[in-house]
Amino acid sequence: MSGINRPNPLLTNDLSRRGLLRGFGAAALLAVPGTALLSGCATSGGGATPSTASAGVAGPGNPFGVAAEAPLEVVIFKGGLGDEYATAVHEPLYQARYPKAKIKHVATQQIAQTLQPRFAGGDVPDVIANSGTDLMDNAALQAEGQLLDLSALFDAPAIDNPTTKVRDSLVPGTVESGLISGKPFVLNYVYTAYGLWYDSALFAKYGWTAPKTFDEFKAVCDKIKAAGLVAFAYPGKNAPYYQYWMILISAAKAGGNQVLVDIDNLADGAWTKPAVKQAAAAWAEIGAKYMDKSYEGLTHTEVQTQQNQGKIAFFPSGSWLENEQKEQTPASFAYAVTPTPSLPGDKMPFAAIRAAAGEGYIVTAKGRNTAGGLEYLRLMLSREGARGFTQKSGSVTVVRGAADGLPLSPGNKSVAAAQTAAANDIVTYNSFEGWYKELETELRTQTNALMFGRISADEFCSKMQAKADSTKADSSIPKQSRTS
Amino acid sequence: MARGRPRFIIGFLAAPVALYLVFVIGPYGQAFYIAMTNWRGLSASPTWVGFDNFTRLLDDQVFWTAVGHHLILLLALPLITLTLALFFAFLLNVGGGGRTGGIRGSTFYKVVLFLPQVLAVAVVGVLFQAVYRPDGSGVLNGLLSVVGVDPVGWLTEPDLALWAIVAVMVWQAVGFYVVLFSAGMAAIPKELHESAELDGCGRVRMFFLITLPLLWDTVQVAWVYLGIAAFDGFAIVAVLSVDRGGPDGATTVLPLEIWRTAFSFSKFGYASAMGVALFFLTITFAALALRVTRRERVEF
Repeated sequence: MSGINRPNPLLTNDLSRRGLLRGFGAAALLAVPGTALLSGCATSGGGATPSTASAGVAGPGNPFGVAAEAPLEVVIFKGGLGDEYATAVHEPLYQARYPKAKIKHVATQQIAQTLQPRFAGGDVPDVIANSGTDLMDNAALQAEGQLLDLSALFDAPAIDNPTTKVRDSLVPGTVESGLISGKPFVLNYVYTAYGLWYDSALFAKYGWTAPKTFDEFKAVCDKIKAAGLVAFAYPGKNAPYYQYWMILISAAKAGGNQVLVDIDNLADGAWTKPAVKQAAAAWAEIGAKYMDKSYEGLTHTEVQTQQNQGKIAFFPSGSWLENEQKEQTPASFAYAVTPTPSLPGDKMPFAAIRAAAGEGYIVTAKGRNTAGGLEYLRLMLSREGARGFTQKSGSVTVVRGAADGLPLSPGNKSVAAAQTAAANDIVTYNSFEGWYKELETELRTQTNALMFGRISADEFCSKMQAKADSTKADSSIPKQSRTS
Repeated sequence: MARGRPRFIIGFLAAPVALYLVFVIGPYGQAFYIAMTNWRGLSASPTWVGFDNFTRLLDDQVFWTAVGHHLILLLALPLITLTLALFFAFLLNVGGGGRTGGIRGSTFYKVVLFLPQVLAVAVVGVLFQAVYRPDGSGVLNGLLSVVGVDPVGWLTEPDLALWAIVAVMVWQAVGFYVVLFSAGMAAIPKELHESAELDGCGRVRMFFLITLPLLWDTVQVAWVYLGIAAFDGFAIVAVLSVDRGGPDGATTVLPLEIWRTAFSFSKFGYASAMGVALFFLTITFAALALRVTRRERVEF
């Protein structure tokens, strides 16, 4: 499922600050009980009401001026997260506020195929969970003026604490992760951690430990191999990106996050830096020594099932994995995540992990109920909306503290522990995956070629550099950039 | 006598012609127009760029790789399919020798051979996923392991992958042409085969001297059909190949690249240019094939 990581720099787990904010929230609620619905808060409304949309009157409690009877259409990508969080949590929340509004729910696995013709024809839904393999290109949508600037949302009063803005209730970096051309157009809602996933129960049984360096990684892989398991595997047939994430994370750890920023900015020589070469070579060695060639022809479902059956030790993925495999995972299996191993001379410590806001939600600029769309996202970002999402989908959101006190699964507990260990050492996301699909497609191909031994790390780097250069030179591709 | 007749004919033709214009010619026309723009599929007003997309195609490595694969398919698919289909059809209809010709149980074999034809392409794709599965649990590799051969990466070896795809396409097509040729052979007067047999003609000679020449028209049509099919292959490749067209682009075909360019890269203008190129490739092939294989018709 999820292929999309857009994400976040400085994610901190600052408990005291979170506690403090929660305290404020509680105080505000006590002071003005239930008034958020009516007229409680003092902050002025955002008033971002496009003339094409049906408009209500903006005011306290209704910062975007939602028309009470205006219908709302929500399109949800029904992948690993399901769509129950929308039908059973978010849509009822909206309905409760606007009982007269008719909500249309559409669930699909093929966002682009479903919505492309509608965008071209001008009949667009209001809110879209733009995710999955067939997601739409956000940058292209934005370039065509199809996306609504979400600044008004992030500056609107938060539902639970109307004296603060929505942006202050989110994990740092969330808003930045959705910037296109300098403005927030995408709400990345799900908090995701990336790394090597393994069964901690199995490891405990054999006495294996998660490796801290590549040398340790190879040592433990040798032991695993001797025990008759496949030490490491990724699904080459349909998800080579699981593997290129690992290569890029290792490259960032070797040379710092600037390596990834340069790759996103199509900087000259970004792919041929020693850090990228070193990372590619280290992973190619793992592929050659420990992975069977057959994995190039298997899908993520097949490989993940093999891991659940105890046939594979390490699997590169993100924190949606546990929820995606819920049905197949035996009770004794306990998912855990470990950061990618260190290389000699790394700039970032071993504990550094890629943690990011992912799963993009967008509001269309030319929809009929843009104010309703913003309001829907604001409700998603309420404590109730976020908790409900975690309960239904098993994934933690970017709303700070919303999942506190909920019973967490082994995988989510492991993510929390990894976050605490990483503190401020966060490997950033890569935006080129969404900005330049041509480059991304080439990276998939070359990653398979590298990992299954058809090309060397040097060739990998030079081929990727060549594609980056041609992308840069192609005037038909709109260019993006980021600074951090 | 003829009064009202043209009106009668026009009345019958108008509806189908209108449908054809709207749903076939219309989209073609639109594709030609979109190919001259930089449309990204989202706005209502694309910008005109003239032949830019076509000049870009000339340097597009992926495009030429795909065209190369179509050339391979164009040779391999008709050749293998027609050979097999003719062989089977001959066995089923004439090969038994003597009075009625077919080998024993020919009706049963006809059904078996025709079966793949009634399966949807996607079903065939999923079926062959199991057949080609690269580890020991694949159907083919399971059989190989019985005789002690290591699993073969049918779809993961770049040199093998395209041929594995060709094999699926042949498997699916052969049954239809067996039935087509059977019908053609049934139309050949029996006396011809009988008298040849009386004169002591063997089956192989009989096939080449009598059956094949009298079946030439049908073979020619089949060749054109298969050639056009060789310009497709989208569904089979999309379902079976590594990362849609891999490994290393070893199995990619134009329809797949068109789809990727349009829906993944959001370059509908460029994708349409590829579509136009594909249109001309197909038309050129059909025209050439019909011309080259043209022969005088045998009357009987």
